[in-house]
This record gives sequence, C-alpha cells and structure tokens, in this order.
Amino acid sequence: MDTILGINPVALFGQLLVGLINGSFYALLSLGLAIIFGLLRIINFAQGALYMIGAFLAWLGLEYWGLSYGWALLIVPLVVGLFGILIERFLIRPIAHEDHLYSLLLTFGVALVLQGVFSHVFGSSGKPYSIPEFLQGVANLGFMYLPIYRGWIIVVSLLVCFGTWWAIEKTKLGAYLRAGTENARLLQAFGINVPLMVTLTFGFGVALAGLAGVLAAPIYSVSPDMGANLLIVVFAIVVIGGMGSIGGAIITGISMGVIEGLTKYFYPEASNTIIFMVMVVVLLIKPAGLFGKEV
Amino acid sequence: MKAQGNEKLRVSDLHAFYGESHILHGIDLHVNQGELVTLLGRNGSGRSTTLKAIMNMVGRRSGSININGTETMGLAAHRIAHLGIGFCPEERGIFSSLNVEENLLLPPAVRSDGMSLDEIYQMFPNLYERRTSQGTRLSGGEQQMLALARILRTGANILLLDEITEGLAPVIVKKLGEVLIQLKRKNLTILLVEQNFHFAAPIADRHYVMEHGRIVEEVQQAELSAKTELLNTLLGV
Repeated sequence: MDTILGINPVALFGQLLVGLINGSFYALLSLGLAIIFGLLRIINFAQGALYMIGAFLAWLGLEYWGLSYGWALLIVPLVVGLFGILIERFLIRPIAHEDHLYSLLLTFGVALVLQGVFSHVFGSSGKPYSIPEFLQGVANLGFMYLPIYRGWIIVVSLLVCFGTWWAIEKTKLGAYLRAGTENARLLQAFGINVPLMVTLTFGFGVALAGLAGVLAAPIYSVSPDMGANLLIVVFAIVVIGGMGSIGGAIITGISMGVIEGLTKYFYPEASNTIIFMVMVVVLLIKPAGLFGKEV
Repeated sequence: MKAQGNEKLRVSDLHAFYGESHILHGIDLHVNQGELVTLLGRNGSGRSTTLKAIMNMVGRRSGSININGTETMGLAAHRIAHLGIGFCPEERGIFSSLNVEENLLLPPAVRSDGMSLDEIYQMFPNLYERRTSQGTRLSGGEQQMLALARILRTGANILLLDEITEGLAPVIVKKLGEVLIQLKRKNLTILLVEQNFHFAAPIADRHYVMEHGRIVEEVQQAELSAKTELLNTLLGV
C-alpha cells in the first residue's frame, strides 16, 4: 500500500521534512532581521551575505585550519557577530542620525561588496562540505527515514530560536531590548547605555545568520550567492510576519517553510512562488503583517 | 538664596535646538535640596523641553547644567541618570511590551537608598494588584503612578516630573499631591512642570514662569497672593 487516499506518505513526509529544514533557516534569518530591525529600525540587507560568510568560514576552517564542524558551530557565529559589530560601529553608526533609508542602502552595498569579494577569491562554484561523522546516518522513524543531520538542523535551530525568544521575553536583558525597541531615548534617560546595546544587538542578530550558515554548509553547496538567493525569500517572510514580534518571526519562518514543502508535494509548479503569493495576500488583507503592529 | 552647597540642580544660560528651531533661549534656574520647584507656563513655552534638555534628550544644547555637583553638558545621555536624577516624561513612557512589574524594575538603581518593591507597592497598592498586567493596560492614573514609582525605586534624589496630573480624575490628582508631600518629607528635590496651578500652588516652594523659551518670572511661595494677578496674566488662566 503505497498511497492513502491518493497521497504517498513517504513523498509527503519527505517534502514536509525539506520544508521544516528550509523553515529552520528562514526562522533563524528572519529572527535576526527582526531583532536588528526592532532596535535599529533598519532592514539589514547584509544578513544573507553574513549567512554566506558563516558557511564559508566553516568550509575554510575545515579545509585549511583543521577546524572541526563542532568547533565551527561555536566559533563561526562569534566571528561573524564580531564582524557585524564592526559594520555597525564603523559604517552604520556614523550615518544613524540620517534617514534610515541610508543605513538600509548601506547594508545593501555591504552585501554586494562581500558577495563580490567572495566570488572573486573563491569563484562562484559551490564548495563541498561533508556532514560530520557523528551526525551521519539515517534514523528510522517508522513512518519515514530521517537523515540524522537534517533532524539536527531542525533541533538546533528550534533550540536557538526558542532560547532567543525566551531571553527576550522573559529576562531583564530582554526587557531592556523590548523597551529600547519601543522608546530608546527614554531607556537611555533611565541610564542604560543604548548605543552599546544597539551594537551588541546587531552583533547578535548577525551571529544568528552566521550560525545558520554553518548549519547550512553540509547540506547546501557553499557558494558566494547562497545568501542572496535565500534572502529574497526571507524578506518575503519578514513582510508576511510583520516586524512586530520576535515570536512572529520564528513562527512565520517555520510555517512558510512547511507551506513551501507541502506545495512541492501537491503542486510543485507553484513551490517557488507560493511564499510570494502568500505575501501578496497578506499585504492586501493586513499590510502590517500577521504579527505586526499597525502604525 | 540658600548656600551653594545646598544646590542639587543648577541650569545656566541653557539654549536648546530641535534641528534649526531654537527652543530654549538662555534658561537660568536652580533647585535646592528638598525643594519642590515648579515650571509654569502656557503650552509650548519650553517647559518640557527644559526637562528633556537636562536629561540630554534634545538635539543640540549649549550652556551649563550641573547635577548633584557634576557638570553634565559633555556627558552621554545614559550617564545623566546615574548622577541621581529620575525623569518622568509627559507621555508617561510606560512600555507596552513590558508588564507592570517589568516596567517598575526597568530603570537601573542609580543610588543605593531607593524605595524597595514592598515600599512601592505599599504606596501604590493598585500597582501590586496589577503587577502582571501589560503596562499600557493600566488606567491613565495607574500609569502615572507607575511612571512615578519607577523612578522612586532607582533611588534618584532629584526628580524631574512633567505634567503628572494632566488628564487625570480629581481623586487621582489628590493622591499624587499626597505622594509629592511624602517625597518632600523624604527630602527629595523635585522640579515639576505643571499646568494645573491649583495643584502646584499649595505644595511648591518656588515657581518659575516660562514664556517663549525664557524664564520671565520667579515667584516665592510667600509672594503668591501678592503676585496672583501677574501669574493669571502670564498663564492665561
């Protein structure tokens, strides 16, 4: 019995799994964008390029410096975060008092420059990165076979997303971030070093992209344009979810991945456009996004 | 004038600008320890801007602002509060993404002798009952209590309060008056921007009257009855 009611469960679960994995990356990237947008009021167009750099650093680490996957998972996000801190401190900060459009264009320029440099140095072909040994193999879940590394991606990104959500919604540090998102000037008048907070927040949001890059290296090919391709979809997701809430960014990211996966099974022709169609519908019905606040 | 060492806040020749517009034109004022001083004036006379300028929340400033003995013109905005000053903004500034208790605990302590959470809840029992509610779900009066309680917890001994009675029911205004009298007894120094002259008159030690970004009159508590006519003209009441 291969099909139930005309549905092939193996193929369906397979696409659902692909959807969940894509959704995990969408969630990590849009979460980073949402955190940065909250405090800096800019959409960081460089997020995709920093994701790409995360993947490249993992690849370079393994290829040239003997840095194992496990260490890359810890160190690369820190390096990418530090790089983000430099971008904020020396490029974005000096023009922060201008219209936010300038900062947005600046991050777009940074993305193009980074992508160009990596293309020039490494060529545009994809680099292979093998799945680390301890995450190789397949688990039999009864109803489907789950490649362990794919399960790992889902678990790690869910943990990171939930951990970030918890830290923002339930801790004192998160209260500062929420308050700063609402009224940074008043928070600063209470004695909080908001400029420092902005820098660290940018670093953290960008580190999430770096982490996503390391997670992606073993399953997508590591190439200079991997971030640009993903970022277009992530922007659509950000529009759908709205910039209002951290939880919203996570939920929208994962569910859009799943919807994309389901579309691949039921109507593959639309799978590349379904997210954009959802975006159009959401924009027509609720312009601020599903979780966004009306301005 | 009282002795120099008694002075908690002194503003000299303060000018402030929003972009191209020149809002404050050389403000001079001082508040002594334990004094409650009001800034009176019509809307748009520059009273709120004066408080914001003291907190370094406006664009460009010049002149001198001395808080608890420290010159602050060169200090970053987040350093000001740590000199022992607390600001209660006109729009109250309650954060909607924080619950009542989170709002209350948000500003870091700037001195060691602030009120404890228990004392705060004793002074404002409503806040205790609603401590897990979203900050902006409180009534206007409760939000005002919260905005005030928030800076009392930090231990700030100079309070800048902007229009705390605005739009509130008489019973709440009365409660706020009692709170201010209690704070005065604790020897806190208060600079109060107030529209409601009848609220301010009985509790204040001195009044400054502002017009067009300048201080045009200083009135001692004892001179109030003699200068009632002048004040009515200046305030347009």
